[in-house]
Amino acid sequence: MTVESSFSLLGRLTPQDISFVQTFENPVMSEFIDGAAGSVLVIGMIIVAALLTYYRGWKTLWFDWLTSVDHKKVGIMYIVVAFVMLARAIIEGVLMRYQQSIAVNDPGVLTPDHFGQLFSTHGSIMIFFMAMPFITGMINYIMPQQIGARDVSFPLLNAISLWLTAAGAALVMISLVVGKFSTGGWTAYPPYTGIEFSPGEGVDYWIWSISLTSIGSTLTGVNFATTIYKNRAPGMTLFRMPLFCWTSLCTSVLMIFAMAPLTIATLMLALDRYAGFHFFTNDLGGNMMNYANLFWLFGHPEVYILILPAFGVFSEVISTFSGKTIYGYKSLVVATMSIAVLSFTVWLHHFFTMGQGANVNAIFGIATMLIGVPTGVKVYDWLLTMVRGRIRLTTAMLFSIMFLVTFVIGGLTGVILANPPVDFAVHNSLFLVAHFHNMVIPGVLFGMIAGYQFWFPKAFGFRLAERWGKASFWCWSFGFYLTFMPLYVLGLMGAMRRTVEWFRPEYLGWLQVSFVGALLLFSGFIFLCVQLIVSVRQRDQRRVPAGDPWDGRSLEWSNSAPPPEYNFAVIPEVSGQDAFTRLKEQGKAYASPTAYDDIVVPKNSIVAPVIGVGAIALGFALVWHIWWLVALGFVTMWGAVIARSFVTETERVIPASKVRADHEAWLQQVRECATTSREQEDTSANVGRAEVLA
Amino acid sequence: MTDEHVETYAQDFKSYCIGGLLALMLTALAFGLVIFEILPHFERLIALAILAVAQIVVHFRYFLHISWRSHRDDLQLVLFTSLILFLMVGGTIWILFNLHERMM
Amino acid sequence: MKRQPLLHPGLNLGSTDEYSHDEAEPVIFGFWIFLMADLVLFAILFATYASMSVQGQAGGPSPTDVFDLPSAFIETMLLLSSSITFGMASLALKYKADRLHLVFWLVLTFCLGAGFIGMEVRDFWIMTQQGAVPQRSGFLSAFYLLVATHGIHVSAGLCWMIVMLVQLRVLGRTTEVKLRLMRLALFWHMLDIVWVCIFTFVYLFGVAL
Repeated sequence: MTVESSFSLLGRLTPQDISFVQTFENPVMSEFIDGAAGSVLVIGMIIVAALLTYYRGWKTLWFDWLTSVDHKKVGIMYIVVAFVMLARAIIEGVLMRYQQSIAVNDPGVLTPDHFGQLFSTHGSIMIFFMAMPFITGMINYIMPQQIGARDVSFPLLNAISLWLTAAGAALVMISLVVGKFSTGGWTAYPPYTGIEFSPGEGVDYWIWSISLTSIGSTLTGVNFATTIYKNRAPGMTLFRMPLFCWTSLCTSVLMIFAMAPLTIATLMLALDRYAGFHFFTNDLGGNMMNYANLFWLFGHPEVYILILPAFGVFSEVISTFSGKTIYGYKSLVVATMSIAVLSFTVWLHHFFTMGQGANVNAIFGIATMLIGVPTGVKVYDWLLTMVRGRIRLTTAMLFSIMFLVTFVIGGLTGVILANPPVDFAVHNSLFLVAHFHNMVIPGVLFGMIAGYQFWFPKAFGFRLAERWGKASFWCWSFGFYLTFMPLYVLGLMGAMRRTVEWFRPEYLGWLQVSFVGALLLFSGFIFLCVQLIVSVRQRDQRRVPAGDPWDGRSLEWSNSAPPPEYNFAVIPEVSGQDAFTRLKEQGKAYASPTAYDDIVVPKNSIVAPVIGVGAIALGFALVWHIWWLVALGFVTMWGAVIARSFVTETERVIPASKVRADHEAWLQQVRECATTSREQEDTSANVGRAEVLA
Repeated sequence: MTDEHVETYAQDFKSYCIGGLLALMLTALAFGLVIFEILPHFERLIALAILAVAQIVVHFRYFLHISWRSHRDDLQLVLFTSLILFLMVGGTIWILFNLHERMM
Repeated sequence: MKRQPLLHPGLNLGSTDEYSHDEAEPVIFGFWIFLMADLVLFAILFATYASMSVQGQAGGPSPTDVFDLPSAFIETMLLLSSSITFGMASLALKYKADRLHLVFWLVLTFCLGAGFIGMEVRDFWIMTQQGAVPQRSGFLSAFYLLVATHGIHVSAGLCWMIVMLVQLRVLGRTTEVKLRLMRLALFWHMLDIVWVCIFTFVYLFGVAL
């Protein structure tokens, strides 16, 4: 048996596991950096708590946010998690670039173990705790409004998914202070991550944080798919939905089917580690190659989960800031569906070199090349949307244009890699690292930042400062090219990934350029933060209460900014695509409804936070073998679910009179607003009633 | 909406009884094939697989009430899931057996 | 009275409770999607088992050595009957106004399901006594994980049944309670479908191969 049979109160946790104790006992640079990171986390939390106390915000935090099941609040909280985790993971990236830029025939500042943890947390955080929450939050906020619904189909389940992901993120943050994280990369291949070669707590942190968030994502997928299928407004047929909703639907389908292989793979790894099973061991019938197979059965659809929502954002942003209906709606829908289906047919390309025969490799290589075709169709559709459009180069549009150019380059390198013989030469080299960053940064990250810039005024009622947005854009763009183009060259020169020290002096120049690029990327992130702070400070001059600052085309722009809790006073009737543009052209956009009904909304609930806290306890206890806490966490989570099922008063009613009063007051305000011309879009004259151009 | 006659208790009850009976027969047949060693080896395995698929169809039709009359969304979901299952299971078995031949 | 359309999988309440029937559509659809995700989970376990049962025996016990066919047959009968009795419970839910019939059939289903679990635990116990533990080989690891995952799902269903029996008492035959019972029905029938695959592809194949 591999698990200690002692039942001590704290399992295998000892004071030596606290990172500050380690820094004290072993004062080398690597440990100082580790200790500094832990300090930032602890001090950061203390500052947040202090601010909340000073501004008397605890009540608001609990009653208005943490217990809320409103999809808009849940969406915002997801994005807050994403931003916090982005801060950490981007610093980790910069640190790794720094190490690599100085560690040529030199050990650098990081020990191999520390470096191993860095690339593991960087990848795991960026994918599971930055990108996934960002897209989930974005879809959560926007999709129900775009289909004319009041909320998702299962609001409480939505909140529970949020808390499960937050719990996973919390575990990863805790690993910064208590114990060490895995050194097996975000993919955690056994046998290295099996109990024999990674006996410590690191891999367990990875297993349980990932498991929690993957269950959350599966439930989210179920929620979003049901919402889109069953919650649409009257007249909103599937083929009248905005493109963002189509990509949300396909993303949900991928979430539903792709998370299961990951759950199984991590469970099997856990059984190997905790109970001596033989799924992936070297001996007694284990087959570690199945891990790669199962992981990538999940992993490939996962990257399409990441990119499809970004494609959806780009469709919305490009059509709005070109002032035109999206070109080739049907082809975009078919392309999206094709990508979703094909994404389940290519997973083997992640392990071309594992030993399969040439025929097997060839089939998957061909499938991989095929999947580039629908994406190409989309790129042409976006370009054709811009042709003869009246283009406005807002921050969101700038990110979209840069995406079009840069993402295509990354896609081309993907087609190169799809060729098995080529892949044999560059598999796991920096060429590969450059390729996938070339997909996720201009693709996913730019898409999410563009969506953030685009929809922020809707969510918070005031516009972001364009100047800082554009500064951020230039830093992200130049930063990306400077950081990752050298990596393509280095990969072709033979440099491998996940390397802490180099021995070829000809690498040095390229690595140094790459580090400068990383600093630029970090500046891009800093400018985003500055943009937020400046915009909040200037919010009174930036308000857009009428709710439509950009001449939006879909229904989310038809309500106030910020929207009321119930999204729409009266559920709209839809008669075609670009539903809001239609209403504006017919002059019906701000007409008073003839009748108002009572609106039933779900009450807040403590169930989701309770499950979240229980999940953190459960995960932490599993990592440290604190068995009594495992039982307690498990019982708490399921107890909350069962207890909740006995509660009958789960909704409250907003009377029609209140809805009428609020809505009529807002309509009055809108009618008094001056319409904003395009030239005035980025000035304080923009109060959210954009001019509708013919 | 057509004005057909409403489902009655008798009809629904019959559905479960027929389903149960068919399932029982298919189960007995499958076990019988193995215990009494009927059919040559390879054909026996094929027959077992066919019996399993048949029984799954019976369960879907008579217990889960999924038929061509079902809501289009539900049918779409079942068919799409079947596609995914085929790709994942078929792909995994193909890959692992290929790997075993070459690597173990 | 017009025939109500089939809005969702499982028994539709159309003709006896139109309000619950309409409420059911998104709720049951969502659960149906979740069950599909669960099916993928089982499919992966089956695929892993398919390779490990052949390639991962590691000189240890083989399927013929450890599988008890008569026991598997009894378990199959227990689970299949429990599906039929749950069908009867669903009929009681739809057509009978009182709780008595419904509770009777649910309790009977519970007993059959508990019997299934009891026999499965016994099977595992006997196997471990013979040294056929999951730590012995890849094949056994895969076998235990697949069959135990199904068993844990069945056990969760049993817990769910108990909660529902309590709820019927405390809350009565409200729409919410009906929708939960309908989801439990789908869950229970789906588990029987998975068991069909287990007894065929694990037990029967194991002995026949």
